[in-house]
Amino acid sequence: MDSQKIGTAHYNDTVVRQFSIMAVVWGVVGMLVGVIIAAQLAWPELNFGIPWLSYGRLRPLHTNAVIFAFGGCALFATSYYVVQRTSQVRLFAPLLAAFTFWGWQLVIVAAAISLPLGYTSGKEYAELEWPIDILITLVWVSYAIVFFGTIGVRKVKHIYVANWFFGAFILAVALLHVVNSAAIPAGFMKSYSAYAGVQDAMVQWWYGHNAVGFFLTAGFLGMMYYFIPKQAGRPVYSYRLSIVHFWALIFTYMWAGPHHLHYTALPDWTQSVGMVFSLILLAPSWGGMINGVMTLSGAWHKLRDDPILRFLIVSLSFYGMSTFEGPMMSIKTVNALSHYTDWTVGHVHSGALGWVGLISMGSLYYLVPRLFGREKMHSIKAIELHFWMATIGIVLYIAAMWIAGVMQGLMWRAINPDGTLTYTFVESVKATYPFYVIRVAGGLLYLGGMIVMAWNVWLTAISGRSVKVAIPAVNAAHA
Amino acid sequence: MDILYLLIPLSVVLVLMILAGLWWAIDRGQFESVEQEGERILRDD
Repeated sequence: MDSQKIGTAHYNDTVVRQFSIMAVVWGVVGMLVGVIIAAQLAWPELNFGIPWLSYGRLRPLHTNAVIFAFGGCALFATSYYVVQRTSQVRLFAPLLAAFTFWGWQLVIVAAAISLPLGYTSGKEYAELEWPIDILITLVWVSYAIVFFGTIGVRKVKHIYVANWFFGAFILAVALLHVVNSAAIPAGFMKSYSAYAGVQDAMVQWWYGHNAVGFFLTAGFLGMMYYFIPKQAGRPVYSYRLSIVHFWALIFTYMWAGPHHLHYTALPDWTQSVGMVFSLILLAPSWGGMINGVMTLSGAWHKLRDDPILRFLIVSLSFYGMSTFEGPMMSIKTVNALSHYTDWTVGHVHSGALGWVGLISMGSLYYLVPRLFGREKMHSIKAIELHFWMATIGIVLYIAAMWIAGVMQGLMWRAINPDGTLTYTFVESVKATYPFYVIRVAGGLLYLGGMIVMAWNVWLTAISGRSVKVAIPAVNAAHA
Repeated sequence: MDILYLLIPLSVVLVLMILAGLWWAIDRGQFESVEQEGERILRDD
């Protein structure tokens, strides 16, 4: 090793620790709400006639909790960890970094209170009302200052590829949030969107698809590009490919939004643009998947004994599946069958549970012991158990939704020889029931796995200590 | 579809910013000798 330890300079891992723990906590909460609403769809009595527990209000609580609370905290934790380690400097503006933690938790709590109370803008994945939107903006601007500031004062000249993905995610989300949340306030927790009708729909799904592309994809690819090489002990398979697919990905993603609006009032040519760019997107997405999976080239045997590596690699398999399925569903003819069915839900959860969930879990399993001065998690067997519970849960979930979705699409379009519809809508609802039950089972397994993780993380944390990690000196020849 | 008067110019600005970012990276030598950069993260901590 060329580097020597500097006496007093340490990485700021306090905020990393905080976000890592909360990621696990919110994961359990968000997935629990998910299981509750899945159960409500199968057994509506579980709405209990109480407005705050009704499906309509709990669904956005679920989506916001899993995407922004669980996913968000995981992204904050890992991006702050990775940018410091790859830049070999302490986090820029530590007070702002602390503000991003407490501010983000306040956003989450505000969501947890306001959504069940029924305060909503009605925009998917952007339901939070305007005062919370302002807080999100403040936190996000601070995040950008901390992250890019750290890059600005880095001691290593090269900016590691993961940081490009994190940087793109931060900038894109800032733009998306500000544009889509534009609204005229009409009361303390009430506002009207700056846009109307199908124009609002277009802005909403420009936002929605880019939230998937930049928050749920680019951000987590940043995670992947650091934690897979670290856990595997091997460099990224092709660094050149990682650069190329990064630029291709961020350029193409912005145009795919209209695939959410096929056969609606959106102009035909706009729908076609969305379809074409969604198909093109398959290439850079698979570039990333192949790059991550092939990093194990020459080290496949490690998968046998290392469940953390299994989380990371299997997450890429689901990423590959979802980024193939997505373009297929963006084809107008396919979409004519899939739109408004549970196939869309299955696709979402293949990406969410399979890609986002598993890569976050694998990365957190790498991070947590190191943040508490330990070599390994408290129980490797528990990681193994979690892996199987999560994977089986995902398979049950998505298979149930695929079958339900295709069935719904076929039932809705079935016509009799005289041109009348064969099925009533309620018949398709009735036929869907068994698949809703299977989906609850899949979700319960996935939630159970997350609880196993929470137990494991808890025991690892309390038996460890928060250690200060010294920043190694950078040899001048490498800088 | 008046919203396109906003979305298309916004997207063009975004593309220009992305291209500016790419140009900056090339100009600052970010893509020189990338082979070592993948290995570098394995050496630290």
